Amino acid sequence: MTTTATVRPDESGSLTTSELAAVRADFPLLERTVRGGQPLVYLDSAATSQKPQVVLDTEVDFYEQRNAAVHRGAHFLAEEATETFEQARAAVAAFVGADEGEIVWQPGATAAINVVAYAFSNATLGRGGEAAAPFRLAPGDEIVVTEAEHHANLVPWQELCARTGAVLRWIPVGDDGRLDLTDLDTIVTERTRVLAFGHVSNVTGAVAPVDTLVAAARRVGALTVLDACQSVPNLPVDLHELGVDFAAFSGHKMLGPTGVGALYGRRELLEAMPPTLTGGSMVEVVTMESTTYAPPPQRFEAGTQMVAQAVGMGCAAQYLGELGMEGVLRHEQELAAEMLKIADIPGVRVIGPLDTANRLAVVSFVVDGVHAHDVGQVLDDKGIAVRVGHHCAQPLHRRFGVAATARASASVYTTVEEVAAFREALAGVRAFFGAE
Amino acid sequence: MSTLEQMYQQVILDHAKHPVGRGLVDAAPGQGHLAGESHQVNPTCGDEVTLRVDVTPDGAVAGVSWDGQGCSISQASVSVMATLVEGASLDEVARLDGLFHDLMSSRGKGLDDDDAEDALGDATVFTGVSQYPARIKCALLGWAALKDSLARSGALATS
Ligand SMILES: Cc1ncc(COP(=O)(O)O)c(C=O)c1O
Repeated sequence: MTTTATVRPDESGSLTTSELAAVRADFPLLERTVRGGQPLVYLDSAATSQKPQVVLDTEVDFYEQRNAAVHRGAHFLAEEATETFEQARAAVAAFVGADEGEIVWQPGATAAINVVAYAFSNATLGRGGEAAAPFRLAPGDEIVVTEAEHHANLVPWQELCARTGAVLRWIPVGDDGRLDLTDLDTIVTERTRVLAFGHVSNVTGAVAPVDTLVAAARRVGALTVLDACQSVPNLPVDLHELGVDFAAFSGHKMLGPTGVGALYGRRELLEAMPPTLTGGSMVEVVTMESTTYAPPPQRFEAGTQMVAQAVGMGCAAQYLGELGMEGVLRHEQELAAEMLKIADIPGVRVIGPLDTANRLAVVSFVVDGVHAHDVGQVLDDKGIAVRVGHHCAQPLHRRFGVAATARASASVYTTVEEVAAFREALAGVRAFFGAE
Repeated sequence: MSTLEQMYQQVILDHAKHPVGRGLVDAAPGQGHLAGESHQVNPTCGDEVTLRVDVTPDGAVAGVSWDGQGCSISQASVSVMATLVEGASLDEVARLDGLFHDLMSSRGKGLDDDDAEDALGDATVFTGVSQYPARIKCALLGWAALKDSLARSGALATS
């Protein structure tokens, strides 16, 4: 695979100006102008990140030079394609502190979480035999999530409960936008079978106390499922060290292509887990009567995979790895501090922590008297792209009594100057709408 | 005028601030009237409107009342619509609905038809909104609620 990042953050701080300029030069889309020739200020990376040239080139290179069916043919090209595909898996695994066999390709985090939820249903229906006992639910069992979850880490669990009779419970969110762990011991109990939670909220930017939650789950023998969509792109993640049982993340949020993501599962658990999607490529022996399944990760990769995208995601992991995630995190925190200055603008209220400790540069806010959609429109008129709406987290918005917020979010290529332009435009919003 | 100002015309800002017909009317419909209610949401942004319509025995809109929350475009659009359809026959409402949808598909160009624009009246100020594909749904939310509440009232079946 060709690589990679041109710069490294220095030891002491975040990216220097010249390093940041070099990073930005890697992202062709950032050259674009919008709305009448204005430079694009892209503050919507939490929805999807932009891609460096090397990721785009790697994907094209796969199609131009290596494209063949993986894990099937025995010809030269098939071997090379398979090797490239598996190298990408190894790159992603290394990037998140997992073993190769513990990374399953999925179309995205949503699909990955559903695979785990359906494994519980299938096990409860008796699939997977004795080995699948850890996934079998019984009456009275509980699934615990948090009030901060993205719908992708909530709805699949609601559905699992509806299918099996398990009961859904949740950890509430406090006024500061962080999880309120006051009643943790009465929420996570002997009845809890799964504790599913987001590592970093895509609304508040708050980083969850993974250690505390994993310890609580372990005490009662529950399995943990980490939604790592917003953490993997922005801070160093070592899944073995975190000690979670499963994790899900998407390629397109970590500088990689759309259409690909990963499910991480601890090896013993993946080995015990029954498949969800079934069909070609995930089997051992198929007769007209029955089928035996391949070991993981192939057991969970039915049908032709998104090979070029997976190769692109591997490249993105390598790009971030070479940039150095410690530096990326410091850059994020510097931008978070810059973004949080909007709290000083009259009429602006931030939904989420106001301090930069354990929070990333994902800042959602409301403007008194002006709907989020209208806020977004005025920013857009200046070429500033933010997200408006509920960001797929309706319960969390309801918790704060708002239907919609506007959200600014950063990535490795975001600059302090861009955040300043955002603040300046935001300061003019209430005047435009004549809000008192 | 910048495209942003074309979108947020003063009429829209005024209607958003002082909406017409806002506040659901609970009164029972008069003798021989039909009533219908509809709740519409725009799932991408959480805009909501609940709308009640009261239809006279001879098939005209006696009144529209509504409640909702959302952006200035969605709220102003319901408000302008409420003024426009008050007293209109159901045929006229159907025509206005069609014209407003045409306007919203005009990509900022308007209808190029004086009769049609006269019929839409203040609703033509939403022409600027049609340049922003993501906002068209906001402007159409109230119209969807009106159409659905008329269908639910049974008035469309009898007319
Ligand atoms: C926290 C979080 N979880 C899950 C998802 C779902 O990811 P995807 O849509 O790529 O499956 C997202 C992104 O939308 C997210 O931000």
